[in-house]
Amino acid sequence: MSMLNRFRAWLVREGNAYAFVSPYALLFVVFIVIPVVAAALLSLTYFDTIQFPRFVGLRNYITLLTQDDIFMKYVLPNTIEFAVIVGPGGYALAFLLAWMLAQLPRLPRTVLALILYSPSMTSAVTMAVVWQTLFSGDQNGYLNSFLLSLGIIQEPIQWLQSPQFLMPIMIIVTLWSSMGVGFLAMLAGILEINPELYEAAAIDGISSRWQEIFYITIPSMKPQMLFGAVMSIVGTFQAGSIGVALSGSNPTPRYAGQLIVNHIEDYGFLRYEMGYAAAVSVVLLLMVLFFTRLANRLFRTEEG
Amino acid sequence: MEWSEKRAEESARIQPRSEAERRPGPIKWRPVSSRVSLPASVQTAPTKRKWLGRWYGLRGSGINPAGFHPSQIPFYLILTPVVAFMLLPIIFIFSTAFKPAEELFVYPPRFFVVNPTLKNFRDLFTLMSTSDVPVSRYLFNSIVVTVISVAASILVSSLAAYALSKKRFGLKQTLFAINTVALMFVPIAVTIPRFLIIARLGLIDSFWAHILPSLAMPVGVFLLKQFMDTVPNEVIEAAQIDGASDLQIYWHIVLPIVRPAIATIAILTFQATWNNADTSAMYINIESLKTFAFYLSTLATTTSGANVVAGQGVAAAAALIMFLPNLIIFMILQSQVMSTMSHSGLKG
Repeated sequence: MSMLNRFRAWLVREGNAYAFVSPYALLFVVFIVIPVVAAALLSLTYFDTIQFPRFVGLRNYITLLTQDDIFMKYVLPNTIEFAVIVGPGGYALAFLLAWMLAQLPRLPRTVLALILYSPSMTSAVTMAVVWQTLFSGDQNGYLNSFLLSLGIIQEPIQWLQSPQFLMPIMIIVTLWSSMGVGFLAMLAGILEINPELYEAAAIDGISSRWQEIFYITIPSMKPQMLFGAVMSIVGTFQAGSIGVALSGSNPTPRYAGQLIVNHIEDYGFLRYEMGYAAAVSVVLLLMVLFFTRLANRLFRTEEG
Repeated sequence: MEWSEKRAEESARIQPRSEAERRPGPIKWRPVSSRVSLPASVQTAPTKRKWLGRWYGLRGSGINPAGFHPSQIPFYLILTPVVAFMLLPIIFIFSTAFKPAEELFVYPPRFFVVNPTLKNFRDLFTLMSTSDVPVSRYLFNSIVVTVISVAASILVSSLAAYALSKKRFGLKQTLFAINTVALMFVPIAVTIPRFLIIARLGLIDSFWAHILPSLAMPVGVFLLKQFMDTVPNEVIEAAQIDGASDLQIYWHIVLPIVRPAIATIAILTFQATWNNADTSAMYINIESLKTFAFYLSTLATTTSGANVVAGQGVAAAAALIMFLPNLIIFMILQSQVMSTMSHSGLKG
């Protein structure tokens, strides 16, 4: 009886709160928690989608680290190259652009911010249509025609099919569309900083704009910097399908643009080795976790 | 008019209350949220400068200057090429979408359109309906899916954010911490388990497969919760004393105040669903239930699509239809987004 009363009291006190949270919590569990747990469990099995998953322990991970030549020779180096340039590079670029925009009056700032943000409203897969026309491999391609007319190249280049150009194009295209939510957050963060801080710093002897950035701007907006960093890390790994979208094939020509996400799809949906693909997914999630931890270290707010 | 100004004006109007109203006793709660005037610290929307103030402002240089100053010229010089580079592909979409056939075939290729025509759009909606599903059907599907997703996402996220921000309950801190960790969740990594779950739930070949996955959006709940934290507890306590239920407080007090954050969630969900070609590719086998984004991605992958010169115009027209709603919605809501983003800070 007292159990029941206590339960009733709890229901009156906290029931509403749980009712408010529950729709989101349910979706969160179904589409985020269970998939992550399922990926972790599946990665320990052999699963070809027809038979019931068979437990194989850590064999998938061992295979991945010791026998998967393509993963070690192409996918991992590609992913690291792509992630390092697009991640920190895009992040630094977003910060610098946001900082420069903050030095301008409201009207031009808003217009320029809108232009910088608008590429992130397009999605990689749908934009592939446009990139394929711009980088078209024959002399009718816009880039080829432009370079031919300047005399820089003598004959048209198969931009999206040649291993040495695919990766740079992927990086440029991804950087182009990476001024997203994180960029806006940093712009808002810079604008929020109390101008008196700068005046005080000037009195204390800070003279150059660079000193201002490192001693005032960044420390005052650490939370926004961290939010921007997390968004940038997620965006980088989420952009993995770009190589396949541009070249039109998975695997990409001579694995030049093969990223970890394509490797997952290759094994999961083309070879139906779901267990192995899940192991690669877990590695991907761990990479994101690692980089987010790193960002956390850099931009931790002391009191938080 | 800024809502903060409106609110201040309203509360000034309502403040001198009549004797009868001040009488103690059971008062039936009415949604007059403006009875409670907000302290200055919570007026979250930035107060707009007077239009003219911009031209004779005090600070011409430094962060957020009031007007033009010669020291800004270097920034314009650096930003202009960057902005031009960012703008180029977008101009290209516009230009190509309106090109007549002879300009698409011309050699050397010309970047800008000379004689704009709507023919590509007409072709898109008539000639290209080869796979026995008309293009308008894909577009219709996209609109339905996006509208439902945006509305449902606002509702689900804001309900959760209200509890996480303003209610007291046992798991509150834990749940918010889990949500914050989930900010770094990369959906593309769990494509396979998600597919298995959606198949198990029987959602394959239904609209729900487009809608439900996008509703679990940790960024949305995070931004809304951070914004709701700026609503002072006194306002909510006052309403509780007046006898308002949680639902009334949520609907009549909190939601109107966090409108900027809601606008932001709307944009994020819109972009996530409107641009999403993956749900159609993976969860939908019936051609007539797929979305416009998917149709556009098929134009890119089939060699007979964008690579053939004649298809370029149609593909660009489709890309333009894909892009324009994003742009228009963001332009309308951009000031709200910016005021949400100033609360986006993440404590490590």
